Amino acid sequence: MIAARMPQPELVEPRDSGAVAFLNTDGEPLALAMEAKNVSMWYGSKRAIDDVSLDMPAKAVTAIIGPSGCGKSTFIRALNRMHELVPRARIEGSVFLHGQNLYANSMDPAVVRRRVGMVFQKSNPFPTMSIGENAIVGLRLNGVRDRKFLNERLEQSLRMAALWDEVKDDLHKSGTSLSGGQQQRLCIARALAVEPEVLLMDEPCSALDPIATAKIEELIHGLKTQYTIIIVTHNMQQAGRISDFTAFFYMGRLIEIGSTTKIFTNPNEKQTEDYITGRFG
Amino acid sequence: MPATTIDEADAIHSAQARMSLPSRFGDKAFYWLTFSMAFAVVLLVILIGWQLGEGSWQAIQKFGFHFVTTSTWDPVAEQYGALPFIYGTALSSLIALLIAVPLSIATAVYLTELAPLWIRQPVVSLIEMLAAIPSVILGLWGIFVMIPWLRDHPFPFLQRILGWTPFFSGPIYGPCMLAGGIIVAIMVLPIITSVSREILRSVPDLQREAAYALGGTRWEVTRIAVLSYARKGLFGAMILGLGRALGETMAVTMVIGNTPQIAASLFKPGYTLASVIANEFTEATTDMYLQALFEIGLVLFGVTILVNLLAQLLLKTITAGAAPDRVQ
Amino acid sequence: MNMRTQRKDHHSWRKFKSTLVSGLTFCSAVLVIAPLGLVFFHVLMSGIGAVNFEFFTNLPKPVGAPGGGMANAIVGTLELLALASIIGIPVGVLGGIFLTEYGTARVNAVLRFIADVLNGVPSIIWGVVVYGLIVLRFKSFSAYAGGLALGLIMIPLILRTTEEVILLVPVGYREAALALGIARWKTIVQIVVKTASRGIITGILIALARVGGETAPLLFTAFGNHFWNHDLSEPIAALPLQIFTYAISPYDDWHRQAWAGALVLVTGVFCVNVLVRFVTRVRTASA
Repeated sequence: MIAARMPQPELVEPRDSGAVAFLNTDGEPLALAMEAKNVSMWYGSKRAIDDVSLDMPAKAVTAIIGPSGCGKSTFIRALNRMHELVPRARIEGSVFLHGQNLYANSMDPAVVRRRVGMVFQKSNPFPTMSIGENAIVGLRLNGVRDRKFLNERLEQSLRMAALWDEVKDDLHKSGTSLSGGQQQRLCIARALAVEPEVLLMDEPCSALDPIATAKIEELIHGLKTQYTIIIVTHNMQQAGRISDFTAFFYMGRLIEIGSTTKIFTNPNEKQTEDYITGRFG
Repeated sequence: MPATTIDEADAIHSAQARMSLPSRFGDKAFYWLTFSMAFAVVLLVILIGWQLGEGSWQAIQKFGFHFVTTSTWDPVAEQYGALPFIYGTALSSLIALLIAVPLSIATAVYLTELAPLWIRQPVVSLIEMLAAIPSVILGLWGIFVMIPWLRDHPFPFLQRILGWTPFFSGPIYGPCMLAGGIIVAIMVLPIITSVSREILRSVPDLQREAAYALGGTRWEVTRIAVLSYARKGLFGAMILGLGRALGETMAVTMVIGNTPQIAASLFKPGYTLASVIANEFTEATTDMYLQALFEIGLVLFGVTILVNLLAQLLLKTITAGAAPDRVQ
Repeated sequence: MNMRTQRKDHHSWRKFKSTLVSGLTFCSAVLVIAPLGLVFFHVLMSGIGAVNFEFFTNLPKPVGAPGGGMANAIVGTLELLALASIIGIPVGVLGGIFLTEYGTARVNAVLRFIADVLNGVPSIIWGVVVYGLIVLRFKSFSAYAGGLALGLIMIPLILRTTEEVILLVPVGYREAALALGIARWKTIVQIVVKTASRGIITGILIALARVGGETAPLLFTAFGNHFWNHDLSEPIAALPLQIFTYAISPYDDWHRQAWAGALVLVTGVFCVNVLVRFVTRVRTASA
């Protein structure tokens, strides 16, 4: 049961740009890890995201919820420039990481992706590599050679993913020899090894059983002291359990953003309330 | 410049600093490398056309269209007509298809619809191994085993029954057009069978289920639901087999008799486009002789390209893999 | 006869037809496989007696003299395959990578089409092309020419098999690697191709077995040689070529050796095919 929370933030009236500001209980603005401003996204001629502006506070978990097809998976791929890898994909607007525009001409997408990591719905440890190799592959293939450093990061990231004790004697075994939940934690370790500033998670537990899911939720709770986490989930209860802030998307638009408590007990928008209470799914 | 975090209190970003700067150069270089390799196939087609054209240019100018209508091939007298070879290639391929297509399609039907499951994979493997036999070895077997047997058993039998027709008349030496056709049939059986199998397998089960639901027997389901649906693809398989038959060289050369003549009897020796090149290329004494052989190559190339083009068009919808949602 | 018995009779007739067709198609299958058995049987019977140590180590004897072997032809085939691989493997594999990773749908359709058409070109035409390109130019038959001809045949073969295998690698692996900030080309080489490596290698082996048995393109490029080849710009012997020359000759002893050569060649080709089958089956079992 995730009891301890950050001091309950409040929502302030929307600024002109449409973004909302977060204040903590003392009235001070929370540090933001990422900001999306007027982001619109297309697949070919089909518009998937419509003018979304969203602030994501640092060292907190922001959940993105909404019915199937509302664009949450699409939106999250704007945050690490993965959307542009899809043929005929287009994006407008800007995304800032600690104040830096990730879509500036001078920004190399590969660098962006190192700073904003991602974990996918279906766990995908590389089949030709061992557990140990999988964990540090991001470092190795990005040019890190220092043996000592690699070994340190290997242990650190596997510990952060709560996997170290289970695999420390089996690091040479194939990455695919683990169970589904363990594989996903390996993918989390792999993403963390390159020390990103933000970790994106696209429905990371939807393919896992409840026990594995609980392990990962516990893990997320531990990670948020060090990382900013944006998690897409179709499971509202999960959002309620682990996130500090929740954004509700519907049909490519951001309907409402607020602290999780507020969204789930007293949302502003009727659409949000309808979704939360299960009037549509 | 890739910036690191502003937050100095966190000392965790040593990894970011240790990673090397990504360079756009690697991606660009690799793209152009792979592109040029892929583009090579276009260059290859041009290369073939260029070499064959250049090598036969004078012959083309000299003989013109008559090359493919003249039936005399007499290098000594400097007479070069390709008709006997066109006739030989066409006839041997036709015989091959007449034999191979029914057998192949029937086998494909057996393997996809009628055979018990445990038999299917072994038989498929055996057929694939047949496809792997080099042509020259089949020809070797053809000379020393097949032809003597044909000469002593089926051929006299055929002559007894059908000798009154011009096709089976005349003396039986052994190497002949019919032997050529038979050996080419053996060579194309595997490819027609395997492509037909692919096509039959791609017929959706819904078709079969509907026919079964109406009370059809195995054969009726096959005939009505599967074969008529797959008609176009099976035709494509036939054309693919034809393309293969036209280009068959070694086995045919070894059993067909290599005599440039146009005769009605299948027991008479014949000659194909590929065989004359194989036999006489290194013997060509004059320039014009070599040019004529190049021109025969050009004819063979043109014909097989057209036939293969047709086959690809017919099979495109069935064998083409759909491109997945690819990351670019 | 009332309607019911009539219908029953007709149904039995239909069932009979179905069984008959099953039987006929079964016979067709037998007829299709039969040549394989017959050829293999004869190659084994006629070749086994002639395959001996001398065969593997000696050069051919002069025309008419009994004895001798095909050592130079066996080695020659291996040398030609090595030369062919230098061209065939890089171009084929890299080209296949382009089709799967970079090409657009339209470009790919065209390239694939051309590759398939090239696969249908008779192998003797490749020999004619390389003759014009290399042999005439340098005024000599050579191992280089033979290797080039075989290599050109390999290109579209390997291109298509590589492409098919890489397409099977799930998109998820590419995504995960790119999401770590790994460069595109490194993703392709170190993740995607590595995952598909077994399939790519089997595709190469199949292509090698296929061109290893080719005779026609070597007839006027490698040309054959009764002695050892010491210089790749000289003619070179090859096993299928030697088999052909011996088979059409009038000498019984050469016929005997042709069968021996055939046995060696068939064994080689079959071994590769069985190996490939074994490798792919092991892979699917452990996946």
